[in-house]
Amino acid sequence: MAQQEYQKYYVPDQSIWPIVGAVALFLIAVGAGNYVVEVSKGKEGIGGYILVLGLITLLVMVTGWFKNQIDESMSGLYSAQLGRSYRQGMAWFIFSEVMFFAAFFGALFYARMIAVPWLGGASNNAMTNEVLWPTFEAMWPLTGTPDGTQTTAMAATGLPLINTAILLVSSVTLHYAHVGLEQNKRKQLTALLGVTILLGAVFLVLQVWEYIHAYRDLGLTLQSGVYGNTFFMLTGFHGLHVTLGTIILIVLFFRVIKGHFTPKEHFAFQAGSWYWHFVDVVWVMLFFFVYVL
Amino acid sequence: MTTLTDDVKDPATDDASHDGHAHDDHSHDDHHHHIPKGISRWLLTTNHKDIGTLYLWFAFIMFLVGGAMAMVIRAELFQPGLQIVEPNFFNQMTTVHGLIMVFGAVMPAFTGLANWLVPMMIGAPDMALPRMNNWSFWILPFAFLILLSSLFMEGGGPSFGWTFYAPLSTTYSGDSTALFVFSVHIMGISSIMGAINVIVTIFNMRAPGMTLMKMPMFVWTWLITAFLLIAVMPVLAGVVTMVLTDKYFGTSFFDAAGGGDPVLFQHIFWFFGHPEVYIMILPAFGIISQIVPTFSRKKLFGYASMVYATASIALLSFVVWAHHMFTTGMPVEWEKFFMFATMLISVPTGVKVFNWVATMWRGSLTFEIPMLFAIAFIVLFTIGGLSGLMLAITPVDFQYHDTYFVVAHFHYVLVTGAVFSIMAAVYYWLPKWTGRMFDITLAKWHFWCSLISVNVLFFPMHFVGLAGMPRRIPDYALQFADFNKWISVGGFAFGLSQLIFLALLVKACRKRGEPVSDQVWDGAEGLEWEIPSPAPYHTFDTPPQIK
Repeated sequence: MAQQEYQKYYVPDQSIWPIVGAVALFLIAVGAGNYVVEVSKGKEGIGGYILVLGLITLLVMVTGWFKNQIDESMSGLYSAQLGRSYRQGMAWFIFSEVMFFAAFFGALFYARMIAVPWLGGASNNAMTNEVLWPTFEAMWPLTGTPDGTQTTAMAATGLPLINTAILLVSSVTLHYAHVGLEQNKRKQLTALLGVTILLGAVFLVLQVWEYIHAYRDLGLTLQSGVYGNTFFMLTGFHGLHVTLGTIILIVLFFRVIKGHFTPKEHFAFQAGSWYWHFVDVVWVMLFFFVYVL
Repeated sequence: MTTLTDDVKDPATDDASHDGHAHDDHSHDDHHHHIPKGISRWLLTTNHKDIGTLYLWFAFIMFLVGGAMAMVIRAELFQPGLQIVEPNFFNQMTTVHGLIMVFGAVMPAFTGLANWLVPMMIGAPDMALPRMNNWSFWILPFAFLILLSSLFMEGGGPSFGWTFYAPLSTTYSGDSTALFVFSVHIMGISSIMGAINVIVTIFNMRAPGMTLMKMPMFVWTWLITAFLLIAVMPVLAGVVTMVLTDKYFGTSFFDAAGGGDPVLFQHIFWFFGHPEVYIMILPAFGIISQIVPTFSRKKLFGYASMVYATASIALLSFVVWAHHMFTTGMPVEWEKFFMFATMLISVPTGVKVFNWVATMWRGSLTFEIPMLFAIAFIVLFTIGGLSGLMLAITPVDFQYHDTYFVVAHFHYVLVTGAVFSIMAAVYYWLPKWTGRMFDITLAKWHFWCSLISVNVLFFPMHFVGLAGMPRRIPDYALQFADFNKWISVGGFAFGLSQLIFLALLVKACRKRGEPVSDQVWDGAEGLEWEIPSPAPYHTFDTPPQIK
């Protein structure tokens, strides 16, 4: 790169938001740490209030920080190099999310392929079964645990299949919204982005419906053994990510209406889109390993 | 290896040169002209050097706090029988000592060094994401505030060991477990953000001409470390979350009665835990690879092989985790796989040790303080590496498992390895940071006292371990009394030696001592030695050209 073409890398001035964010995380951790104990013991306490205060602080921080970023971006302080920093940062963040889900998928695979068969006496574990729970039989989904908890498996057809279709379609609509942005077709952009948000919202509603069905009709709960654990932890964390992704898309929608993005410069849109495709891929994995197999 | 074609600007001309820039007319330009004063400088900073300093001081304070806990442990173990503390408090001390030293001392110290050095070494104006950099740091003190204050709760702090094995951390743990879980979450968030920042800085902020294979080894090792951090810290977050739900929400990931398995905890934990070990040693390899060539007045022997060795170690670190679990129950085929995979790591590690020795071979050696620490590192880390090789052998590990032999092993690699490398790094770059030479007499005292006491402290642990003394127990059989007395004496001496370091650092920060040249050490090469000493608040606002 020739020296004269070089655009100075924007190093921001001092900022209040990181320290506000640090205080927010502190309050959230202290609040949640106390609240969890209070709930499990049925005690009265202020943990819940501290947690809410922390979440509000975090919201203020995120809003302030993003407003700051948007203002800087709109006033043209950013360079192509900074754009690359943001893109790479987002990509590595998504990689870290992949690894977070990997831990739970790992637990699922281990429980299913190793722990449950061993408890049933597989490999050289005949005595484990005989001594601990002689009536236990290995199966998957684990509808009867060694200690006798009974539950029902969630079928893959029905709601989960519909939800899979919804998320897959939403990935396509978001992609073409992005194409619309790059080709400066504003109508295509806003319409398809709106449809994507709608699909995300419908997915969440159906997911809540499925949870109610699981708890009320199937007796499938977070407490019903390792099948219920992995089912709710995986779909639950995925649902949280869809919620966050939908919020991101809604923010992007309003920014699109305000005309923030140009066909060439729209890091925020790209990041949101990457995030959405990522939660989609996780869902496909989930559908396959949690529901179908 | 790298040379500047542009003259590097001193702070005065640096300021003047701004007027020529296209973007100087915006409202933010005046921040280059002054260093903010007071507490807000540190709370609100976006400067990589400030944040590096914060990380390093935080790590040092945590090192002293964690060290104080080690003193409690050694005082209790000075004599057999229960002497000073209750067993439950002893367990809290071993647990929190481990957590603090790993997450509060060693990791933040390396991140601090990365903050200070990576931008200067690759010719970048700052880290790629300066505000996130501030956030990564400032959440750390809060995380440790939570962890430390949980010690004063009713029922005490975490007492299940830093590895928090289930069911110790689920069925049998106290009320502080939830706070422990959330503080570990924050530490994880901090590490992940710090690592993303480092990796993006290295990929996107290198000066023109600074190709990957021209990067200093410290930058290379941190690049690979950052990758490891992003890959495994989320797994740690996952496993602590499962501990939380098992304890408070009735899940049974680690409970066989519900179809789970306590051994599953160990698999997930060590999938994080083993790469974590390399997270704490790869930057050390980078530091030693910077220091040894300088004081040997030779180029690093086998630069490319060092890069490939680092990458091989990192990749292998993902497939060796179960060597921590040889005695916990696994099919024998797995045990063999993990044994051989583990022993394979000694190949790239051996490449590194040979390369350092070959760098010194027929060099014009001088023995300044950083070099003393570096040589001590090479010798003592190798001892730790060799005892690791012994532990890797499955049938032998059946005897060594959970004895003081293991404690000896990981303290050799972490104290005389990681911590010594951090001290070497501080002595090596401190004159660049402050612009003045540190007190060499104090530094010599610090080095020799540390070197002797650390071996009195950790070497006899091999013997008591081989003889069967178990770790994490506040009492022991009479036959171990003599060795333990000496171990404790060595421990107290090592602890006191660090106060010399504290005195030296305070003196250095108060700008005592002779001013140093830009190059500081004759034989030092690299971009950071071509900028003024002390390093100006902002360096490389415009990137240098690297040939």
